[in-house]
Amino acid sequence: MIERTPILNFVTHAILLSGLVILLLPIFIVLIATTHDLPTVNTVPMPLWPGSHMLENWSAAWTKGDFARALVNSLVVAVGVTVGKITIAALSAFSIVYFRYPGRTVLFWLIFITLMLPLEVRIVPTYAVAADALRPIKALFSLGNIDIGLPEWNLLNSYTGLILPLIATATGTFLYRQFFLTVPEELCESAKMDGAGPLRFFWDILIPLSATNMAALAVIMFVYAWNQFLWPLLVVNKPHMMTATVQLDRIVPGPLFGQPPIWNEAMAATLIVMIPPLIVVIMLQRWFIRGLIQSDK
Amino acid sequence: MADVSIRNVRKSYGKTEVVHGVSLDIPDGTFVAILGPSGCGKSTVLRMIAGLETITAGEIAIGGQVVNALEPRERGCAMVFQNYALYPHMTVADNIGYALKVAGVAKAERRRRVEEAARTVELTEFLDRRPGQLSGGQRQRVAMARAIVREPKVFLFDEPLSNLDAKLRAAMRLEIRRLHNRLKATSVFVTHDQAEALTLADLVVVMNAGTIEQIASPRDLYRHPASRFVAGFIGSPPMNMMPGVITAGGGVEIAGGGRLAIDLDDFDIEIGRAVDVGMRPEDVILDSRMQDAAATGQPALAFTAELTEELGATRLIYGKSGARDFAIAMPASSPQLPHGQVTRVHAAPARIHLFDQTTGLSLRNVARAQAQ
Repeated sequence: MIERTPILNFVTHAILLSGLVILLLPIFIVLIATTHDLPTVNTVPMPLWPGSHMLENWSAAWTKGDFARALVNSLVVAVGVTVGKITIAALSAFSIVYFRYPGRTVLFWLIFITLMLPLEVRIVPTYAVAADALRPIKALFSLGNIDIGLPEWNLLNSYTGLILPLIATATGTFLYRQFFLTVPEELCESAKMDGAGPLRFFWDILIPLSATNMAALAVIMFVYAWNQFLWPLLVVNKPHMMTATVQLDRIVPGPLFGQPPIWNEAMAATLIVMIPPLIVVIMLQRWFIRGLIQSDK
Repeated sequence: MADVSIRNVRKSYGKTEVVHGVSLDIPDGTFVAILGPSGCGKSTVLRMIAGLETITAGEIAIGGQVVNALEPRERGCAMVFQNYALYPHMTVADNIGYALKVAGVAKAERRRRVEEAARTVELTEFLDRRPGQLSGGQRQRVAMARAIVREPKVFLFDEPLSNLDAKLRAAMRLEIRRLHNRLKATSVFVTHDQAEALTLADLVVVMNAGTIEQIASPRDLYRHPASRFVAGFIGSPPMNMMPGVITAGGGVEIAGGGRLAIDLDDFDIEIGRAVDVGMRPEDVILDSRMQDAAATGQPALAFTAELTEELGATRLIYGKSGARDFAIAMPASSPQLPHGQVTRVHAAPARIHLFDQTTGLSLRNVARAQAQ
């Protein structure tokens, strides 16, 4: 039930506005900090009025963090994770919902359980696999004391190594499964009568119908992959493969090195790293919201 | 165009058998309705013809070719679903043309056939709309156009009218029949609505609990039901049923009082046999002039009216004969029957049905019934 009274309207808007201010104030302070030189930023209290050093701070942050390279790396990883995730999620959910084969419920729950195993929990074994992707197969054979002489396949310092372990999670599969379950069974039968095979049905009917879900998943996965810090930090040790979030860490020298952090440049770098996911969210937000709330069938 | 032959077909889900050996021959160009209560297996039979369900045992042949092992697309059937099953993201034109697109028909040819099918069902002006922008009746027509455009050997309808309101349903019924008269394609129409089955079909198949009870023309089905189930299922309100015993001299003694005259030659029965006696409400004749059964000696039942329903052209009178429920249908123009008053009723001997009490099968002499 929606009630509309002037007082209630005022109260709800006041709450909304204060929430907005609370959210935006830190970002505003960050933005102001990027416009002052280092001594001004370090005064207490820091002035809340913009200064005149914005351009030099931003360009210093840009070069120090090598963002021309790092942003491209991050973009490749985030897009790779998003595309890979959606592909695997849609296909695995398609298999689980539309095909009858022994063990499919078990399979689904196996996938589902991985929701409880975030990357941080399984990071050591995942690193071991990334160091040699064929290692699990070797391990399997070595149980029978067989050495099949597989080569070592190292994924460290590569896009593959950055992307693959992030793709394998259950959220997308689960989302797609729930969506496919709401698609009326007659649509599938109708496609069968029309002569469409399973892949044709998947491509012509299911994919277009799930466009809004796909957009929602894409936004979530892009931001998720973009914000990854621990994994890139581990698998990459060559500067040219660094992602933007890792570079961020590097331009804030900690007390370890006995230097004071250069806050104005660090803040500029933070904003630079925030911009691409922001653009993606703005571009897809209409679809994103529709995908989350609408069931238009 | 093709005939459909179903030979001793069975369907089981795990250990539960839902279709127990159904055999049915549908001649080329015939409109067949499969009629039965929900859960009788009628949709399962249709879906086995379509290829959407596997056939557990038996054979289905379309146009002389056994199709048990064929994919739905190889069988040459088109199906209209109960909830239309239109693709929501495609325009009407794309919906109609999808099967052709999958089959790889060239674009120009596809367009021509889509437009022709749309014209047949009067949808030309809606070709660019989405299904969501159409009314229920229009969506139903899209579903039909989608079936027509493929020029299938067999049309399959799975309760296509049950989502429409009563008025639209009657209109669509006419349209489907008109379409059939024009295309002359073999059609199988599954429904639980006897009015649909009787008005549409050349041949009605009545199913109950996974078996066929009767295959007959609508007229024969109504006049000569082959079993107690068919007699009770066809006709509204249902046939009045009462147990009785055949007596000498062409009569049947109704349990609980009353007697009816029958023509013994119409039935395969012997004197003294216990039977179920059926009498359609609209075949009941009021004997208001002769109030006293004993005085006239005329065979009749006693009937007490309790409730009257005016249905426009007809009037339904519900009441009791002895302890049993009994219904009468009569023209609305006939005089009112006062409630609570006992009336004598009977029916013409030719309109009385007798059924075996254990098997439920009609005892009518088939040869003689067909000769009439």
